[in-house]
Amino acid sequence: MINEITLTDILFVSTALFFIGVYGFFTRRNMITMLMSIELILNSVNINFVAFNKYLFPQHLDGIFFTIFIITIAAAEAAVAIAIIINLYRSHRSIDVEDASELKY
Amino acid sequence: MNNYSYISLIPLLPIATFLLLGLFGRKYFSSLSGIIGTLSLSVSAFLSILTAYKYFFVDGKVNGVFQQIIPLKYTWLQFSPTISIDMGIVVDPLSVMMLVVITFVSLMVHVFSLGYMKGEERFATYYAFLSLFTFSMLGLVLSTNIFQMYMFWELVGVSSFLLIGYYFDKPSAVAAAKKAFIVTRFADLGFLIGILILAFHAETLDFQTLIARLTDPQSSQILSSVTSSLFGVSALTWGLTLVFMGGAGKSAMFPLHIWLPDAMEGPTPVSALIHAATMVVAGVYLVARLFPVYCFDVSALQVVTYVGAFSALLAAVIACTQTDIKRVLAYSTMSQIGYMMFSLGVSKYGGEEGLGYMASLFHLFTHAFFKSLLFLGAGSVIHMVHSNEMKDMGGLRKHMPITHITFLIACLAIAGIPPFAGFFSKEEILLAAFHSNKLVFFVALFTSGLTAFYMFRLYYSIFWKKAAHLHGEHHDEGTFTMKIPLVILGACALLVGFVPISQFITSDGIGLETHIDVIFSITPVALAIAGILLATSLYKNENDRPIKISLAFGKFYEAAHKKFYIDEVYLFIIQKIIFNLIGRPAAWIDKNIVDGLMNLLAFITAEFSEFFKGLQSGKVQSYALYFFAGIFGLAVLFIYLVK
Repeated sequence: MINEITLTDILFVSTALFFIGVYGFFTRRNMITMLMSIELILNSVNINFVAFNKYLFPQHLDGIFFTIFIITIAAAEAAVAIAIIINLYRSHRSIDVEDASELKY
Repeated sequence: MNNYSYISLIPLLPIATFLLLGLFGRKYFSSLSGIIGTLSLSVSAFLSILTAYKYFFVDGKVNGVFQQIIPLKYTWLQFSPTISIDMGIVVDPLSVMMLVVITFVSLMVHVFSLGYMKGEERFATYYAFLSLFTFSMLGLVLSTNIFQMYMFWELVGVSSFLLIGYYFDKPSAVAAAKKAFIVTRFADLGFLIGILILAFHAETLDFQTLIARLTDPQSSQILSSVTSSLFGVSALTWGLTLVFMGGAGKSAMFPLHIWLPDAMEGPTPVSALIHAATMVVAGVYLVARLFPVYCFDVSALQVVTYVGAFSALLAAVIACTQTDIKRVLAYSTMSQIGYMMFSLGVSKYGGEEGLGYMASLFHLFTHAFFKSLLFLGAGSVIHMVHSNEMKDMGGLRKHMPITHITFLIACLAIAGIPPFAGFFSKEEILLAAFHSNKLVFFVALFTSGLTAFYMFRLYYSIFWKKAAHLHGEHHDEGTFTMKIPLVILGACALLVGFVPISQFITSDGIGLETHIDVIFSITPVALAIAGILLATSLYKNENDRPIKISLAFGKFYEAAHKKFYIDEVYLFIIQKIIFNLIGRPAAWIDKNIVDGLMNLLAFITAEFSEFFKGLQSGKVQSYALYFFAGIFGLAVLFIYLVK
């Protein structure tokens, strides 16, 4: 079963995931949704790493290690981002990015 | 050689007083400030007289020649290995005499002002300004360096401006102060250019070196300054004439005299100090200081002669028609300074030929006393009647006996009646003119007759003519401090003619024997007496002859009364010609082209920033978009373009 799934198929999925993330990041105004979109982008990269590792260099583990690193960093990033969002909410009573525009020209 | 460095105290005391009174006077001293200023100046005056005694009688002379001593000299600014601006003190007969005159007259004015300015709100400021003026004037006469002199020259101009505009709530005083400043400043432009020309050719700013180099026919400096020329006039003549222009501005010589009559808006004691005895003779002092160089250049000296003689005559004619007593005195000052100028002009260097130089400075010396006395007397009169106009006066001789007597002495002195001071100096001037230039001699002779006439016209109009009609209160001759200077100066006007100035002050430092030539002096004295008698017949009692005579002169009287329309000519030139032909086009260029360029630049910058500031929209997602676009651009760049 698994042998019928080619690298190209997996790259399709990760590409789709990446662009869904980019689309969400650019169109959504809610910061939580934007954070989720970033997670999608990161995960599409993870899929790429794992897939390339599995199909091209099965004897190495570099891609998998990278993925584990990225997951760790993504966790930390999520924590920081949510802290920022909470602070923003406290000061602006909103988590809409359009509302936090004091520092424009 | 004795140590003269204590002389630096003479100008330093007034500047210390200026700082003290200027900074703290109004707050802490107020009415005491007059006493402080007077005391500090009396120390200066004492030191000056001490110096004069030491220099003239103890150790100034070496082998019968007065030496120039430079007790102090510091280099202040070094421009090039040869040209530097020094700050120093020069002691020679000329500067010592000026020291005595300035400190003495200034002291008299300080004392007089104690009474005259009493109760003024800005009493301390007045004394601060007086001290500043005294400091600048002393610095001017003590200068060793032509540029040092120029700086003090400007300081004198500033303090004169401040004092003329002392009553700054009076528009006419403000206008007069501005006029005096601008006119003298314009003249000083000539002075500066003259200094630069002389310094360029002589390669020094130091008086001693400059005179030594420009009077030695063999020196390379004199060759370069005589051979290079502009419009057919040698650089030396240009330099000296332009320096004289500065002197003419300060000394109110035609055609730069227009500020002096207006300067009478200042307090009267100030007129006595600045516009009679000290500042206005700065021009004479300047020419005398550079006299050896002037002697070397006949054409520059001729300019001095004719400007002086013409100013003397013109001012005397105008003085006969004025009705403001201070203006009469102002024109009389101008006339007397004209005497000093042409007397320098007709002189030669050294020996008997140098009589004119000695006579000029002798006249400067005597004139300082009797003219400041006249002004202080006029001050007393104004204090009494609260008016400057002759028509408000008359018959005051019984009400103010001391002023009357001293004023009469001063009038006799200026008219040149023996044995009063003016007689001796004026005789020497006329004699010097007689020996070298007959035209100038006759002008001077006529002017001395006119002088006697207008001075006695003034005297009779103030003290005789009609019965005094004083109304209102507050009419007295003034306080004790106002009478004392009058008496002292009166005594001086009587006696200083006997000071043998010719023994001390000559162009080459060697004493000169002079004696009064009785035959020669008959004519000027007779003319002076004729002038006095004419004035007596016209003005002693009220009558209609003066009006008839003025009508007989018709247009000429009218023109003289209007000061020969010189002010109007200046106004015409400035408003119609300079403003329209230079000012307006310059303003147009400034507004449209210069400003336009700047505005264009500013507009472009503003538009640019208007565009770029839109990028910082505050929308996080747009930033992300730029970021991605950047990455995309870089990716394209590195993948396809950079190999």
